[in-house]
Amino acid sequence: MTVTEHVSLVPYEDALATYDPVMGLEVHVELGTRTKMFCGCSTELGADPNSQTCPTCLGMPGALPVVNAIGVESAVKIGLALNCEIAEWCRFARKNYFYPDMPKNFQTSQYDEPIAFNGYLDVQLEDGEVFRVEIERAHMEEDTGKSLHVGGATGRIHGASHSLLDYNRAGIPLIEIVTKPIEGAGARAPEVAKAYVAELRELIKALDVSEARMEQGQMRCDVNLSLRPHGREKFGTRSETKNVNSLRSVERAARYEIQRHAAVLDGGGTIIQETRHFHEEDGSTTSGRVKEEAEDYRYFPEPDLVPIAPPREWVEELRGGLPELPRLRRKRLREEWGVSEHDMQSMLNAGAVDLITATIEAGAPADQARKWWMGELARSANETSTDLAALPITPAQVARVAELVTAGELNDKLARQVLEGVLAGEGDPDTVVEKRGLKVVSDEGALGTAVDEAIAANPAIADKIRAGKIAAAGALVGAVMKATRGQADAARVRELILERLGAEG
Amino acid sequence: MPGITREEVAHLARLARLELKDEELDHFAGQLDDIIGAVARVSEVADQDVPPTSHPLPLTNVMRADEVRPSLTPEQALSGAPAQEQQRFKVPQILGED
Repeated sequence: MTVTEHVSLVPYEDALATYDPVMGLEVHVELGTRTKMFCGCSTELGADPNSQTCPTCLGMPGALPVVNAIGVESAVKIGLALNCEIAEWCRFARKNYFYPDMPKNFQTSQYDEPIAFNGYLDVQLEDGEVFRVEIERAHMEEDTGKSLHVGGATGRIHGASHSLLDYNRAGIPLIEIVTKPIEGAGARAPEVAKAYVAELRELIKALDVSEARMEQGQMRCDVNLSLRPHGREKFGTRSETKNVNSLRSVERAARYEIQRHAAVLDGGGTIIQETRHFHEEDGSTTSGRVKEEAEDYRYFPEPDLVPIAPPREWVEELRGGLPELPRLRRKRLREEWGVSEHDMQSMLNAGAVDLITATIEAGAPADQARKWWMGELARSANETSTDLAALPITPAQVARVAELVTAGELNDKLARQVLEGVLAGEGDPDTVVEKRGLKVVSDEGALGTAVDEAIAANPAIADKIRAGKIAAAGALVGAVMKATRGQADAARVRELILERLGAEG
Repeated sequence: MPGITREEVAHLARLARLELKDEELDHFAGQLDDIIGAVARVSEVADQDVPPTSHPLPLTNVMRADEVRPSLTPEQALSGAPAQEQQRFKVPQILGED
């Protein structure tokens, strides 16, 4: 059962009239390395519980961690892409806490010596405005194990009799990226939060350091938010909404917290510094635990690992190899594809930019690639709550469907059925066309017969058309399409009807 | 020398979800104070010419290639666990979290 808090919310506009929101965003990215951060255990998803552990990631006495070189390289790349300075020398630190998700009883992280710091990321809002988000730091750490809470009604800790731990995930490399306080966004703060996470996701994918799939928890966002009355410089007390795991949720969580904080403050109350849980169903947040202070974690330098001192030449080499930044790439693609800023933003939010690019590279015209991914396929992804990229269809298959449409062998309606068949696992497009018998009827003889039958069955309509009422032809086209189970080329059918009845289209 | 106060012990106990009685707080405050005092003597020896260090060897950048090494089997991994269930480590109820 969800713990419901009875809070009244202040209408969004009213909250913004009185207060100025300040946000901080913390994003955790699980790297796509083959092995964990400090040991050689595999990071493959979906393995049997506790089948990817070793003395190091189980925290056994005497086991010694050794840093994954690709983990460090990925961290430097991310830092550089975020316009950060790269530390000349930095260390890992132990973050100590009492919770069973790390068998070591601490998480190996970085504290006051992050590998990257002082950067920024320019993000574009829906109307094209560019907002600069300042980056405080990006540091290396490790993921925790997965807990199952047993014996309660709902799988939550509250009410559980005991918990079960799978440590396969414990030790998978994470990069935590922390913004500086985001000020000056005003009413657009939730939109900035969403655009920032979207842009960061694109950047991470372009760097090829992680697939950054939010629905799989490869990228997770904490939204810190506080309000201060207009004109006041000092920040208010913040709440930290943890693990907000979709772009839409990031925006909703920020919006909800603005309204909730305003209600508490308007009522003369004080905001408690605490973590909060976000609820996907209704977009609300509820109280988690009172936040521990940094000193409660008793950070100290990790004595089992030696410092990291990225050589300058290597850093410059990595800088030279950075890919085209997503925002600039999108600008280029937008011009090439001839689409609006708004359309591009929708494609970005849908995670479709790379898929459409790949489909075009596989031979599809830009407008068709866009149409299928943003239409039929986006709908299917929505219905099944998956990412577009996770759909069981490849850009090459979509390109093949586009090719068949261009060649006149499929019309749009049939093309949709082919896509549906591919998604249902019936095979590649040609197989689906064959199996389902989906071909535009281009046999003029068969089409002619169908047209003649439709005319004979609808004499009144035929007379109208003969008398010059061209608009009435639609009804006959419909009848023919029905007779041919949608497999005729509607434009050709119309032509034939008008021809037969001696009318000019 | 700053000592460990009773309040600090109570705070640590709260973080560890341990319930301590008043006399225990006094008892542990005294003990922890002794331990901290003993360790603090190191700072008397370390003068300004001795930089703080976290590692005894002057090494940097010790890394390994990103290559998978065999893991333990789940049976081996769980062999030292006091309790297990569904091939997972079983731990008592987690307190003070939601």
